[in-house]
Amino acid sequence: MTMPAQYSRWFAYWPLALLAAALLLPQLLGWFGFDFYVSFATRIMIMALLASSLNLLVGTGGMVSLGHAAFFGAGAYTVAILAREWGGTPAESALLSWPLAMLVGALLAAFIGAICLRTKGVYFIMSTLAFAQMLFYVFLSLKSYGGDDGMSLTKRSTLPGIDLGADVVFYYVVLALFAVALLLLGRLDRARFGKVLRGIKDNELRMESLGFAVFRFKLVAFILAGAMAGLAGALMGNLNNFVSPNMMHWEQSGVVLVMVILGGLGRLWGGLAGAAALLLLEEILPNFLPHWQILLGVILLAVVFFAPRGLAGIFRA
Amino acid sequence: MSGLLFAEQCLNGLQFGLMLFLLAAGLTLVFGIMDLINLAHGSLYMLGAYLAATLTQATDSFLSGVALALCATALIGMLLELTVLRHLYRRDHLSQVLATFALILIANEATRAIWGVQPLSFNVPAALSGSVQLLPGLSYSAFRLAIIAVGLLVAALLYLLIGRTRIGMLVRAGASNRAMATAMGTNIQRLFTALFGVGAALCALAGAMLGPLLAVQVGMGENILILAFVVVVIGGIGSVRGAFVGALLVGVVDTFGRAFVPLTLRQFLPPALADAAGPSLAAISIYILMILVLLWKPQGLFPSRA
Amino acid sequence: MKKQLLWLALLGALTLPAQAADKIKIGFISTLSGPGGVLGAAIRDGFNLALEHTGGKVGGLPVELIVEDDQQKPDVAKQLADKMTKRDKVDFVTGVVFQNIMQAIEQPVFQAQTYLISTNTGPSDLAGERCNPLFFAAAWVSDSYSEATGKNMNDKGYKNVFVIAPNYPGGKDVVNGFKRFYKGGYAGEVYTKLGQLDYAVELSQLRAAKPDAVFFFLPGGMGVNFIKQYHQAGLNKEFPLFGTGWSFDQDTLAAVGEPTLGALNAAHWNLDIDNPQNKKFVADFEKKYNRLPNEFASQGYDALMLIDAAVRDVKGKVEDKEALRKALEAANFKSVRGPFKFNKNHFPIQNYYLRQVVKDDKGRFVNKTVATIFTDHPDAYVSACKM
Repeated sequence: MTMPAQYSRWFAYWPLALLAAALLLPQLLGWFGFDFYVSFATRIMIMALLASSLNLLVGTGGMVSLGHAAFFGAGAYTVAILAREWGGTPAESALLSWPLAMLVGALLAAFIGAICLRTKGVYFIMSTLAFAQMLFYVFLSLKSYGGDDGMSLTKRSTLPGIDLGADVVFYYVVLALFAVALLLLGRLDRARFGKVLRGIKDNELRMESLGFAVFRFKLVAFILAGAMAGLAGALMGNLNNFVSPNMMHWEQSGVVLVMVILGGLGRLWGGLAGAAALLLLEEILPNFLPHWQILLGVILLAVVFFAPRGLAGIFRA
Repeated sequence: MSGLLFAEQCLNGLQFGLMLFLLAAGLTLVFGIMDLINLAHGSLYMLGAYLAATLTQATDSFLSGVALALCATALIGMLLELTVLRHLYRRDHLSQVLATFALILIANEATRAIWGVQPLSFNVPAALSGSVQLLPGLSYSAFRLAIIAVGLLVAALLYLLIGRTRIGMLVRAGASNRAMATAMGTNIQRLFTALFGVGAALCALAGAMLGPLLAVQVGMGENILILAFVVVVIGGIGSVRGAFVGALLVGVVDTFGRAFVPLTLRQFLPPALADAAGPSLAAISIYILMILVLLWKPQGLFPSRA
Repeated sequence: MKKQLLWLALLGALTLPAQAADKIKIGFISTLSGPGGVLGAAIRDGFNLALEHTGGKVGGLPVELIVEDDQQKPDVAKQLADKMTKRDKVDFVTGVVFQNIMQAIEQPVFQAQTYLISTNTGPSDLAGERCNPLFFAAAWVSDSYSEATGKNMNDKGYKNVFVIAPNYPGGKDVVNGFKRFYKGGYAGEVYTKLGQLDYAVELSQLRAAKPDAVFFFLPGGMGVNFIKQYHQAGLNKEFPLFGTGWSFDQDTLAAVGEPTLGALNAAHWNLDIDNPQNKKFVADFEKKYNRLPNEFASQGYDALMLIDAAVRDVKGKVEDKEALRKALEAANFKSVRGPFKFNKNHFPIQNYYLRQVVKDDKGRFVNKTVATIFTDHPDAYVSACKM
């Protein structure tokens, strides 16, 4: 489905329009009395960040991971544990804990990737899942960090001069981070790195014979995705003021994967499209139907059969 | 720790493993031959349990209930294949993941709509509700012995079917090289539908046998689905023999992990730590097993692909 | 209904949020789906029955009840709590089933200075160091049932008990409560995986350990599995089985049936407690819902009656938080469980009974109260509360 020529020129500027809308959203919601939904919009962006990081792995690199939630949860727990153990010190500062969350995500990804990337296909899927489950069970049994009950954060991370506790402020900070992440992902995609990844997804053997260090490229992508997921985890922990082992469970990984597929594999806006679509459907449908999950299932099936390139792929050739 | 306890735990491992085999067998064939990742496999298991529970109550006979549930689930499975899944074969794995995930949502909610939120009452038939004295000092539940018997019987039947019949040969050919099998003239479409029906029936059998032991409730499929996938991966995709070996391995490792790891840890760790680490180690023992197998044989124990 | 209108408005015309009328808004966040959904449904049914009995009002004022499903997910619950306190501006939040859900919604509810009435979970830290004037546990504290069972088993003279519970902080809490009153020895202490389905391994260990009695805490579906398999393995003929009331609630008895017969358990309420309000509750519940109520339903029922009494005491002026707190503390209502009052930490001081599963004259499996274990029993954490 392609746009008629006279519209496509204007259509190319739509990301700017989206940004403008995003900047104005809190004010708009405030006028209608929907202040509460600012948090909802923030949630969409955080999940979009997580989904976009998985999209780098799955859509661009062809590495289907069902253990991505491990990095998400690890990032969240990093922030929570820092706040719990060293509360009232610089450890609570976002400038320290958030980069640390990314580092934890990256290191975990390095470790898991080094082992799992030796396998392929469904074996890779299952090994990533295995590691995420192991992490889940470990955190589940840790009584000192809440175990099954999870841990509450008494307040959000601190930033100099900015009160992240205010929903609107937090929204803008997340928006800024998400925009930067998306710009970065776009850059990576157009650069050599992205092209090599796509080549690996297409035909790994060919890339090897062309002399590319395939394993290293895949591992770097895995680590990058892990770091981004760690940041998403830190942000989600802040949004909810709460972390729990469920953030690492394979069902969480599954939901993110569904968002990516729904949104459009390998497409820059796939993560946002999928996260927004799924979360909005889950928010709106229950108000109209008692058994809304059936309708949600039908909608997802429709996307699979009639929009095979995902939602973000609808308007492209 | 006595020899009798060890023997009893072996039986437990065998029983658990054989039930996993029923689930994994269908899954591995569908994946190996149709190249289809079917997340809704767990939903067929759940459906089998629900139907068996309902039909057993309706007919007042466990045997009839299970038999009818098997047929019904097989039919539903084949219907599913004809309408939705058939169109997914040529699609990539991820589209299959999304589509079958959608099917899980629909199946869970439909089950909730039809049967309600409360778990179903499904008890062991009176004839099998006692225990059997296997050795002096070792009594084992009659129903669990029945599960072992059924599991072994199905394994034997599948072995004969796949190894000794023409249909089995077609299945093995399809698993090994689908394009070639099609070229050789087998009616692939009908084979696939039949295969899916068999897989669904196996799921239903597992659901019907495990139903009286576990709670029959919505979402019961997802928990066991992960284990089934682990078994398939360990055994090698497309191999029923692999599924059998993998399932027994998983059953035994999980059982022994739960039985003996906490005890062993208590020998040289303070009780509080052993209690915390032990059950967690037991829970993740299956995943460690899978990783180790994959490191040794990256395609599983008995890969069927040439 | 209101939410549908809000969403339609977003797609169309401008609208302003509805002005708060002279009514009481109650936010009901409960687990209504998934394996835990049975419990939430029971609490909701009890709550709705009470609302019927009060004519749809509390303290004479009409009630707007907003019921939401937390799907047993803490992050969903937190969003719901945010919604109810910030958007709907409810006067009370209630309905919660699970401890981890409660933990997730504490913050938004307390920050909004809204009263949180627990219809089920009573986390021990909220009874002790972290006690909060905004929190009222209308049911019990997390380890009260196990305390009671432990005391009963101790009094019966058991010396070699096999204990089994899931490996998570809630499970260990319950076992600690058990240990506070059971002073005998142990044949074994096993912690299973949360959500585990099959107990063959643990039952084999149990049989080999030859205890003189078994105590288990396995909430929800886990308990259902365990009871069935215990019976299956013939162990119910060998070792007496003790549990907490949660594993032998009426819905579980109806679902599991025969395997539960003879089991002993402790709880704060039972069908056969003899007082007029309980008799009315049980009879009307059966008439309305076609099944017997369980303790979860009774907790929902009592929670609404508590709110009703408190709102009546402040004559509808719920904005006066101080007066409302005093009214809640006074708990001027007749609980279906019998004697009931709040301790200074807003946790109940009540009786706990020993129940045994029997078959009633209609052939149904029910609990029969066989003894009173504790009378006017407070929780163990009140001394740590500085309220």
